[in-house]
Amino acid sequence: MTVAEVFQEISAADFFYRNRDIAGFTSPSRAVYSTIRELVENSLDACETMGVPPDIYLRLSHESGPVDGPGVYSVRVEDNGLGIPGKIIPSAFGQVLYGSKYKLRQTRGQFGLGGKMALLYGQVTTHSEAQIVSSTGPKDRVTEVILRIDIQQNKPIIMKNKTHPNKHHWRGTAIEFKTEADYSRAMSKILDYMKQTAIIVPYANITFVDPRGRLYRFLRGTTTVPEAPTETSPHPHGVDVETVQRLLKVTNAKTLQEFLRKHFQRIGDATARKFLQYASMGQKKTPRNMTPDDVVKLVNAMKNYEDFLAPDSSCLSPLGEDLLATGIKKELGITDDDIAQGHAYVGTLQRKPATYAGFPFIVEVGLASSKNIPTEGKILLFRFANKIPLLFDEASDVSWKVVNNTIDWRNYKVAPGETPLAVFVHLCSTKVPYKTVGKEFIADRPDVEHEIVNAIREAGRTLKLYLSKKEHLATERKRLDVFEKYLPKIAQFSTKLAKQKREPEVSTLLKSVMKYGPANEDEQEQE
Amino acid sequence: MVPQTKMSRNKSKSSIKERKGKVLTSLEELGGQVYKQIVDHEFPTFRMPSRSIANILYDDKTRQYILGKRSVKRSARNVAHIRPFTQLLWTAMFADELTSQNKTSTLRDVFYSAQAYEMDFRDQAESDNLITDLETVTSFSREDFNVYPEERSAIFGDLTVEYTVPGYEGKRLNLSSHPDGVMIGPALTTAEFVQHDRKKVDKIIAIEKGGLFTRFIEERVHQKYRAVLIHTAGQAPRATRFLLRRLNQELDVPVYIFTDGDPWGMHIAMVIISGSANAAHLRDLNTPDAIWGGVWATDIVDYKLPSDPLTDLDLKRLNELEKDPRYAGDLWKREIDTFRKVKKKSEQEAFSRYGLTYIVDKYLPAKLKLKSN
Repeated sequence: MTVAEVFQEISAADFFYRNRDIAGFTSPSRAVYSTIRELVENSLDACETMGVPPDIYLRLSHESGPVDGPGVYSVRVEDNGLGIPGKIIPSAFGQVLYGSKYKLRQTRGQFGLGGKMALLYGQVTTHSEAQIVSSTGPKDRVTEVILRIDIQQNKPIIMKNKTHPNKHHWRGTAIEFKTEADYSRAMSKILDYMKQTAIIVPYANITFVDPRGRLYRFLRGTTTVPEAPTETSPHPHGVDVETVQRLLKVTNAKTLQEFLRKHFQRIGDATARKFLQYASMGQKKTPRNMTPDDVVKLVNAMKNYEDFLAPDSSCLSPLGEDLLATGIKKELGITDDDIAQGHAYVGTLQRKPATYAGFPFIVEVGLASSKNIPTEGKILLFRFANKIPLLFDEASDVSWKVVNNTIDWRNYKVAPGETPLAVFVHLCSTKVPYKTVGKEFIADRPDVEHEIVNAIREAGRTLKLYLSKKEHLATERKRLDVFEKYLPKIAQFSTKLAKQKREPEVSTLLKSVMKYGPANEDEQEQE
Repeated sequence: MVPQTKMSRNKSKSSIKERKGKVLTSLEELGGQVYKQIVDHEFPTFRMPSRSIANILYDDKTRQYILGKRSVKRSARNVAHIRPFTQLLWTAMFADELTSQNKTSTLRDVFYSAQAYEMDFRDQAESDNLITDLETVTSFSREDFNVYPEERSAIFGDLTVEYTVPGYEGKRLNLSSHPDGVMIGPALTTAEFVQHDRKKVDKIIAIEKGGLFTRFIEERVHQKYRAVLIHTAGQAPRATRFLLRRLNQELDVPVYIFTDGDPWGMHIAMVIISGSANAAHLRDLNTPDAIWGGVWATDIVDYKLPSDPLTDLDLKRLNELEKDPRYAGDLWKREIDTFRKVKKKSEQEAFSRYGLTYIVDKYLPAKLKLKSN
């Protein structure tokens, strides 16, 4: 009895094409949202790496098909980022899992997959190619590449590859291709995405021309770009067997002690020696003669050893309290005058770096209150991870749980649903603990949750001062209103009752109420 | 008290006009006091007796509930007071208009009229409460300000009254002219008593139930016993209590009260005699010398009246009344004890067991011999 089974190797591109759902390309409306998101995020990363304030231009135009359902659209994204050297453009765009994002530092995308998925989706839905134009500097020539992806081979098919003189001393990248999209359905999410991106990237100019010819501009509120994150080696608490196995294969270290020191952060010779003793890895073991069992033993020991220093957080690039406040103010339409006059409140707070499972992270929160914030019976929550807005599955997110269940807002003078309040939570990490591959909501890891709770509580204290003062002023205003309403009536009625002709003036009395305020009133009540 | 002997000849002294004058003066004084304080750049204030339970005391002398010495100060300087302060002045102004123009109004009218002055009252209860405040401040009752509740009491007898209400000033009416009796409304409450003849009227009989009131008229009780009959229709309205007092004092005739033989009927009589706690801020609403003629608990026994057993609610009420200082008199104590002992109650109509006229022919003459309770 024989069964002929055909084992077929599929390429990475093929794999992701077949599993496009996991990358957020489930339907034409979700796909156009994901396309825009991936392209904009790549552009923002390209600018931030250079430390330049991003200028992003995005255009989505309708090509054919119905306008109120799935149709063919062309999408164009331009940035002023670091640009891509002409030689690697074909691989960077035409080969899945080829990219610059495999090192440990905080970036928006994790594998450089999203941009290529967008291209891939466009290609399979419209049978058209993509145009990439890029320049790495004002003095460099401009490279223009037109390509398709050979899905089965996971290779670019180059149809045009030319360089042009750089007349305008341009630096950046522009990508244009056709794709299937359903703009009518995706529109509100796309606009939400832009607006929230403008909050969390307040130093970017974002211009969007939508298929209906409308121009949306999100202008930067500052030119300060947060420091770019540095690359780091992994922390021993944050690795798995596979990672260590790979490192062992490529290392040129002769001893385990050297191996640990060279490839992990927070390990010097002394720490390495102590750890190896703890792990009972004998002198005879070297990176070359480690058996698979040895590797498992080593990794388990790494996870359990408690004397490593906490992970280095220099690989993180939080926004910072000032920039977060800038973003919140400009997108919620809150001016510094509003704040100075007590009509609105914006408070931001950054926690010290913390770690979960060997990965460093930083929580930043913002609390804003203003009449511009709709109440709608709930607290408005904005979630961000590594400077990306998270728009879907809000109720599954750890921040939602914290805001709606953990925090007792009454302690901060907030009446949820009545007090206009927006909460902003930004989590920065080399590995954001997303609950699913869709990258839309964050799991409730206890360490992360703890930091978010503390951040909101700490920020809440200043919010409380503001709301108390506002409450006091409102009470005072109400009190004055009462006097303004009734004193003239008392004058009117008593004049009539007393059969007098002229109504007496109450302005002096009214003034005295305002002048002395409530203190005087207390005195009166004690009489 | 006014000398009664001469007054009874022709027309009693014009107590109504005099009283109206006093009401208007007190309202003007209230306004004047507030006016002056504003002119002097002071926040207007006034004091009035507290109506809290702790300040309601029973006064043995006047044999009614009165307010004690505690007073509350209302100040326009206090943000919590200024609204009721203004509402009170508005109410005073409204009362002043009603009284001087001889217009009458109901509590419901007060509530709606306020809205024209942007003097919003939250609800009827709030505006009712303000009327009570005004009563407390001026110690006149709302009927003095021409604010009346729904009418339901009636009067019948050979007594002539002279109206003072607009359109009827000087017009006279004999209270026996209509066989159903005459409704005790604003016009009758403010009418003067004239041509009182002691040979025709030498007592007043107040009756709880309408059926018996009609029977008394049919049986010519007013002639047989020279009585003015008053139907209280349950608990007597204030206007009726005020009228009973005036009849008692201005005509100098005794007042007899006949109610059902149960704790509730007993209390109807008591309120006519000693007033209610709710009206502790007012005077001249009670008739201390009025006599409760029955139906007593002892009558149920003596006359072997058909009866019903007392309910738990009735018994509970008896316990309350027992602690009430108004029930300190011997008769009241005896009747409460008897009710407790026999655990029975009888309605006024129970006398019909002995024939329809028994109550008039036998029971009433016996009771009218009472000089006091």
